[in-house]
Amino acid sequence: MPKDSGIGASSKRREDLRFLTGAGKYTDDINVAGQTYAYFLRSNVAHGKINGIDTAAAAAAPGVIRVFTGADFEGVGTIPCGWQVTDRFGEPMQEPAHPILAQGKVRHVGDPIAVVVAESLSQARDAAEMIDADIEELPAVINMADALSDGATKVHDDLTSNLCYDWGFVEENREAVDQAIQNAYHVTKLELTNNRLVANPMEPRVAIGEYDPWKDEHTLYTTSQNPHVIRLLMGAFVLGIPEHKLRVIAPDVGGGFGTKIFHYAEEAFCTFAAKAIKRPVKWTSDRSEAFISDAHGRDHVTTIELAMDEEGKFLAIRTDTMANMGAYLSTFAPSVPTWLHGTLMAGNYTTPLIYVNVKAVFTNTVPVDAYRGAGRPEATFQLERVIDVAAREMGIDPVELRRRNFIKPDQFPYATPVAVEYDTGNYHATMDKALEVADASGFAARRSTSEANGKLRGFGICSYIEACGIAPSNLVGQLGARAGLYESATVRVNATGSISVMTGSHSHGQGHETTFAQVVAEMLGIDEGQVDIVHGDTARTPMGMGTYGSRSIAVGGSAMVRATEKIIAKAKKIASHLMEASESDVEFANGQFTVAGTDKSVAWGDVCLAAYVPHNYPLESIEPGLEETAFYDPANFTYPSGVYVCEVEVDPDTGKVSVESFAAADDFGNVINPMIVEGQVHGGLAQGIGQALLENCAYDENGQLLSGSYMDYAMPRADDLPFYAVDHSCQTPCTHNPLGVKGCGEAGAIGSPPAVVNAVIDALQSGGSAVRHIDMPLSPAKVWSAMHG
Amino acid sequence: MDISLRVNGSERSGSVEGRTLLVEFLRTELGLTGTHVGCDTSQCGACVVHVDGVAVKACTMLAAEAAGSDVTTIEGMANPDGSLGTIQQAFQDHHGLQCGFCTPGMVMSAAALLKENPQPSEAEIREYLEGNLCRCTGYHNIVKAIQAASGQLTAVAAE
Repeated sequence: MPKDSGIGASSKRREDLRFLTGAGKYTDDINVAGQTYAYFLRSNVAHGKINGIDTAAAAAAPGVIRVFTGADFEGVGTIPCGWQVTDRFGEPMQEPAHPILAQGKVRHVGDPIAVVVAESLSQARDAAEMIDADIEELPAVINMADALSDGATKVHDDLTSNLCYDWGFVEENREAVDQAIQNAYHVTKLELTNNRLVANPMEPRVAIGEYDPWKDEHTLYTTSQNPHVIRLLMGAFVLGIPEHKLRVIAPDVGGGFGTKIFHYAEEAFCTFAAKAIKRPVKWTSDRSEAFISDAHGRDHVTTIELAMDEEGKFLAIRTDTMANMGAYLSTFAPSVPTWLHGTLMAGNYTTPLIYVNVKAVFTNTVPVDAYRGAGRPEATFQLERVIDVAAREMGIDPVELRRRNFIKPDQFPYATPVAVEYDTGNYHATMDKALEVADASGFAARRSTSEANGKLRGFGICSYIEACGIAPSNLVGQLGARAGLYESATVRVNATGSISVMTGSHSHGQGHETTFAQVVAEMLGIDEGQVDIVHGDTARTPMGMGTYGSRSIAVGGSAMVRATEKIIAKAKKIASHLMEASESDVEFANGQFTVAGTDKSVAWGDVCLAAYVPHNYPLESIEPGLEETAFYDPANFTYPSGVYVCEVEVDPDTGKVSVESFAAADDFGNVINPMIVEGQVHGGLAQGIGQALLENCAYDENGQLLSGSYMDYAMPRADDLPFYAVDHSCQTPCTHNPLGVKGCGEAGAIGSPPAVVNAVIDALQSGGSAVRHIDMPLSPAKVWSAMHG
Repeated sequence: MDISLRVNGSERSGSVEGRTLLVEFLRTELGLTGTHVGCDTSQCGACVVHVDGVAVKACTMLAAEAAGSDVTTIEGMANPDGSLGTIQQAFQDHHGLQCGFCTPGMVMSAAALLKENPQPSEAEIREYLEGNLCRCTGYHNIVKAIQAASGQLTAVAAE
């Protein structure tokens, strides 16, 4: 019987009530008294020298309060990068300044030049058209190979080149890997692109800055996945505002997918300008603006080589990647192609020797940073594509080749040659389950039916692993993170026994208000409705690092468990006093404290009341009150894994691909709310299938964004996608966090692109084509061209 | 110019510029912030409302054009006692929403679909939702929710 509450129950989401009735409070729904409106004038060229900006006419336009340019921010801090990568020669990466508004030069289409602040948005927009920006267009570098060529135009004049870093991992393995590849029975080599994407949460970014001069206090409302991180970065590095004078509120947030992790110039602008004009300042991005100002994702160009023996045993992997950073370093950008990518190159396999080289490149494009999966989809795509190609070259079934090389269940914990130690997993089990859910044995018959209808049918598989629950602070500190990656929770028991949990995690679609309450309610044996989850406001929650990298339940949930354990420990002391029993004899279950071997008992509510009305209370040894905080720093990453199976039909006349079915067998360890977990997988799959078939962020050679709206950027729509068959019954619980959880937010987006591409290649080859690879997205035009040589 | 219209059963009026969009009027003048703006090319459907019983993207209509009309927004979709309407309840039961941003538009489109076609097939639902983008759910549970709601449509008081 499925549970109807607590851990493991598909509790309905409490947040849905406000979202379904239009009562959600997203940042743009907030209006503060006296607010003004900011409109950003942005560069329409990819690279240019600013000769002058004449703002006089705009400043005199109706309703305009002030016009800001880069000159207003001289002496103010610049947008910081939160991760410093050290290159393979031991040198730090090249790190250019990223001003709030462009100073001297513009470096990508969308780089902000000036901002008009006016009484209304239309007045601000109208006035911005009167700004005369004299910008001398310069040659731009868009393509990464061009950017690295000798004599290339530099994105930043003060850097030595467009190379941010040349990273090698594990550098000591380099020669051994080269040798193994040279001596191997067979080497499969594949060149591929991981296409540039735009995250596109449905809610565009918004920021509202407020300043109270009498208290010298700033408030920023912002669409963020991590309000404390914004407070830290903006307060300490950009504007010089101490934390106690800066409150950051991220209310209901309409999706993030990574792109709302980062600290953006618009947040700093609104905070700065509110003080400068002594009025609140609101900025709301429109979608066109989002395309040229939200950090993009992916954009890797890779060559991977896989060396095997006669039996198909993997001997070595060598990969070379160029990773696009765009024009500036966004908050976590340097970590994505390095530590979040290189450490996953072992996949689910026992490959003993691995070397990963990454060259990060500046170009005159929008900055690129983490997008759902962040580095792990790029690693998985290379590995699972090259294995599929290798299987065909070796004449081994792709499922069998993977099985031969899987880490076996008895090999855990398993230390990979790329520095991470997988605690648990059972890849054979997820493979079996995926094939069962996908009805793999019925594929041949389905292919015959498709062929009878004039269609080609393909079967594609992908086995993925990812590292979630980031991360041990001391480890990431060594790797270049400029922050700790713990999480926090305060559990406040109220006098009548209800609970408020203040968490540093942030929910922007994940349903934490429901799931987190399920955990605490289960631990205390009380009703879920008695537990409220508070998040998204630095004034109401302890310092936390926020939500990304599928870390909320693994790290934030663990902090909450630890705080609740402290509550239970103190409550037991109080209960032992009330029952006049030895503390060691007190047991707590189902909301009741009992004394072993007696009929003495005291209820949860009575203990809570005693803590706040301490008339009969051991005041000499215990403080009144019942409130505890815990900070949890994980001992390791968590390692969700799974096997995905995609079946496609290809229309040979048009090249159009349709996804006929998609099966996912994931191992997320223990699951708190199966309904929510399945929903997370569905969403990830849609984004991954979107990447594989539809989505592409394209620039022309001059750096103009060709896919700058929903008219040109192909977002997956309901009729592009099938129902998914998802299963999470293979569970090997995480061994190092108290809930045994691994995280589920990114898996779908990581495992699906290679499954789709493998299926399409399988379909085409079944029709007699020799095509080996097609770069994503697999549009009808590309597929048709590949079929016709 | 001054306009009057009926919104969720109440007479409302306000002053708008000729260029003011219906969605701006609903959000800023009337404070009905449940209708969302997710794009600027009439593609995303987060702003779908019903105007005289027909689903309309409120970013494609001027407020002035809606003068004299009967408009229903997401705020008008709950039952009179405040409980969730059938479609809303189906979205909660089937986890048809995550971040909630596209949800008002999805519910309004679903209501219009079921009024037009009370027993739509899966393919008909998916085709009807082409103009509503969701980035969270992968549409799976939205389609399920609409299927579920369609099974009890007689109980739906969509308008």
